[in-house]
Amino acid sequence: MELNTLWFILIGVLYTGYLVLEGFDFGVGILLPFLGKNDTQRRMIINTVGPHWDGNEVWLITAGGATFAAFPHWYATMFSGFYLPLFIILIALIIRGVAFEFRSKDNHPFWRSFWDWGIFFGSLIPALLWGVAFANLIRGVPIDANMNYVGGFWNLLNPYALLGGLLSLTGFMLHGAIFLALKTTGRLHDNARNAAMRIWLPAILILMVFTVFTYFETDVLIKLGVNPGVIPIAAVLCGLVTGWFIRQKRDGWAFTLNALAIVFSSATLFLILFPRVMISSLNPAWSLTIQNSASAPYTLKVMTIVAAIFVPIVLLYQGWTYWVFRKRISERLEDLHY
Amino acid sequence: MNPTPLAQWQFAITSVYHFFFVPLTLGLSVLVAIMETLYVRTGRDLYKRMTKFWGKLFLINFAMGVVTGIVQEFQFGMNWSEYSRFVGNIFGAPLAIEALLAFFLESTFLGLWIFGWDKLSKKMHLAAIWLVAFGSNLSALWILIANSFMQQPTGYAIENGQAVMTSFWALVANPHVWVQFPHTVLSGFTTGAFFVMGISVYQLLRKKEPEFFNRSFELANVFGVISVLLVILVGHSQGQHMVRVQPMKMAAAEALWQSEDPASFSLFTIGDEKNLDDVFAIRIPRVLSLLAYNRLDGEVKGIRDLQAEYETLYGPGNYVPSVFTAYWSFRIMVGSGFLMLFLSAWTLFRMMRGLPVVVGKYFKFFPLAILLPYAANTTGWLLTEMGRQPWVVFGLMKTADAVSPTVSFGHILTTLIGFTLVYGLLMGADLYLLAKHAKAGPEIQTPTRTVNDQAYWE
Repeated sequence: MELNTLWFILIGVLYTGYLVLEGFDFGVGILLPFLGKNDTQRRMIINTVGPHWDGNEVWLITAGGATFAAFPHWYATMFSGFYLPLFIILIALIIRGVAFEFRSKDNHPFWRSFWDWGIFFGSLIPALLWGVAFANLIRGVPIDANMNYVGGFWNLLNPYALLGGLLSLTGFMLHGAIFLALKTTGRLHDNARNAAMRIWLPAILILMVFTVFTYFETDVLIKLGVNPGVIPIAAVLCGLVTGWFIRQKRDGWAFTLNALAIVFSSATLFLILFPRVMISSLNPAWSLTIQNSASAPYTLKVMTIVAAIFVPIVLLYQGWTYWVFRKRISERLEDLHY
Repeated sequence: MNPTPLAQWQFAITSVYHFFFVPLTLGLSVLVAIMETLYVRTGRDLYKRMTKFWGKLFLINFAMGVVTGIVQEFQFGMNWSEYSRFVGNIFGAPLAIEALLAFFLESTFLGLWIFGWDKLSKKMHLAAIWLVAFGSNLSALWILIANSFMQQPTGYAIENGQAVMTSFWALVANPHVWVQFPHTVLSGFTTGAFFVMGISVYQLLRKKEPEFFNRSFELANVFGVISVLLVILVGHSQGQHMVRVQPMKMAAAEALWQSEDPASFSLFTIGDEKNLDDVFAIRIPRVLSLLAYNRLDGEVKGIRDLQAEYETLYGPGNYVPSVFTAYWSFRIMVGSGFLMLFLSAWTLFRMMRGLPVVVGKYFKFFPLAILLPYAANTTGWLLTEMGRQPWVVFGLMKTADAVSPTVSFGHILTTLIGFTLVYGLLMGADLYLLAKHAKAGPEIQTPTRTVNDQAYWE
C-alpha cells in the first residue's frame, strides 16, 4: 500500500481509538452529577475511569502528533482553522484532567463540588465539540487556494455540525452509562443501566437523522453511493443492537456493540473524507488531500517503521491495564484512590 | 495590529508555565521510584510511607504537567501554522514518537501505579513507577530532539519552500540534543531533590517525624549533589557548543558587543541596546575565552560583528535578540546553579561528618531554596528560546514568518487571556494542595489489612 494511504488509515485509527476510549470517560464525566447522589457514589464513578482516562487522552495527543508528522498541512490548516473550538476543548480538557486528580485531595464540600463541575463541563464540552469538528470536516469548510481556513468561528456552528455535536454527545453519554453499569454494583449499577436505557433512544434517533442529513450535506452520494456499503450500515446496526443488549442486561455485550457503533461511525467519516483530509467548500481543487498535504516519502517511511514496532507494544500494555482493572469498583473507601 | 508579539507571549507563558511542572515530574518520579525500590528490597514500612507521601505530591504536580502539555502540542498548529507547514516533515516526527513511546508509557503505568497498590505484586508495582520515570524522561529526549532542530538544524534539505528530512539519524544524533538533553533532565533531577530537601527541612524544623524526613533529606541530598554537579558540567559543554553554533546567543548572554581575543567575562553590565554598547560594565579579562575554549585565549565573536556577518549571509534585518533578557537569564540561571551546588555540597559534607544536618537558623532558608531550581529552569529556557530570536528555526525561518496568517489579533488575545486566567486559577489550586499535603506530613501508618483483604497472589 502507498504510504500516504497507510498514514491516512493510521491517523483514522488513532482518532477512532481516541473516540472509543475517551468517549466512555467523557460519558462518565457527564453523568457524574446525575448518577452520583452522594460523595461516595461520586468517588466510585470517578474511580471507574481513574486508571484509564489519562492513557485514553494520549490517543488524541498521538493522533495530533501523527497528523503533524505525516500531513503537516492538514495539521496546520485544521488547528489554525478550528482555532476557537480547539481552544475551548483545550481549556475543558485541562480543567477536567486536573479535576480528576485534585477533587478528592481535599475534604471541603465547596472544593469537591467545584472540581465535580469541572469534570462535568470538562467532559460535556469536548464531547459536543468533537462531533461539531468532525461533522465540519466531512461537510467541507472554506479553504482558500493557499490551504488556509477563511471561514471564521460562526461558520463552524452550522445546523449539520451542531447535529454532529449532539450525536457525539449522546453517543458518548450512552457509552459512559454502559461502562458505569459494567464497572459498578448495587444501586449505582442499576441507575447507570437505567440511564443507558433512557439515553439509547435519543442517541439512535440522532444517529439516523444525522445519517440522512449526511446525504444532503456531504458528497457521500458521489463517494459511497445510495447504498453506502457495509461499514456505515454496520454502524447503525450496532447502535440498534446495543439497545437490545441493554434491555437484556448484558452489560459486556452492550458495551462492545456500542464501541463498535462508534468505531464504524468514525470509519464512515474517514471513508467519506478519503482521499481528502480537509474538504474545501469554496473549490474542490483547493481541498487538502493525502498527496498535497503529506510529508515527503522519507519521513513517512521512518514513521511507518516506528509505528510498526511500537503501536503493537502500546496496544498490549494498555490492553493489559484494562485486564488488571477488570473488576467492578467496590465501595470501600480505602480502595478509592481518587 | 501585528499578532506576532501576542503569539510569542502566548508561547512564552504557556511554555514557561508547562515547565514549572515538568522538571519536578522528571526528578520526583525517579526519587519516588528509588524510595519504592528501597521499600521492596528492605520491606521497611518507612520507605513505603515515603513512597506514598512523596508520591502524593508527585501526582498533584504530574496532573498539571500533563494537561498543560496538550496545549504545547496543539499551539504549533493553532498559532504557528506557517511554521508547522515549513518544518512538519521534520518537527512532527519526534512529537509523534514522543506521544507513542513516552506519553503512553507514563500515563498507562501511572494509572497502574496509583490504582494498583493492591492489585499488582510488589515487584510489578515497583516496575510501574520505574516505567513512569523512564517514560517521563524519554519524553524529554524526544521533545528536545524537536527543539534542537530549531537551535541547530541537521539532516534536512529545503524542497519547495519546505524543510524536508533527509536523515532521521542526523536529527536524533544532532550534537545539540546531547548537550541539551542531559542538561534538562539533570535540572529536573535537581528540582526533585531540592523539592524534597526543602519540604523535609520545613518538617524537621517543626520537629515532625524526624526519622522520616531525615531519611528523605539524606536521599534527596545525595541525589541532588550529584545532579547539580553534573548539570553545571554539562551546562559548561552546552555553553561551549553555543559559542560554536549560536554565537549570537552567547554574545547576548555576555553583553559582548565587539569580538574579543582573548575575550572578557562580564561581571556586571548595564548596556545600551540601541547603540549596542556598554553604559557601565565590569569585566574580567580572559575568563570568557576560558569558558568558551578551556584556555586563556581564543576569539569570542561580539554582537556588532555577528550582526554585520548575518546581514551579508541572510540579508538586511535585525539579528540581535534581547540582550537584557539573555544577559540576566544567563546570570540568574548560573547563579542559582552554583548556589544549589554550594547548599547541597555543604549539607552533604555535614552529613558525611556525622553532624546534625538541620540545625537552627542556618537552615530556615532551605524551604525557600525550592525556588532556586525553578528560577534556573525558567531562565534557562528564556535564554534558549529568546536568545535564538529573531529566528524560530536558526538560519532557516524567522519567527515573524511563522505565525498563522488567518488567526487574528483578537483571536490570539482571547486565547491569551483565557489561558492566563485558567492557568492562574490552577496554579493557585495546585500550590494550595501541595502546601496542604506537604504540611500535613505522611500518614501515620499505612492501613494494615487483614488476611481476608489480601489478594490471592500476595
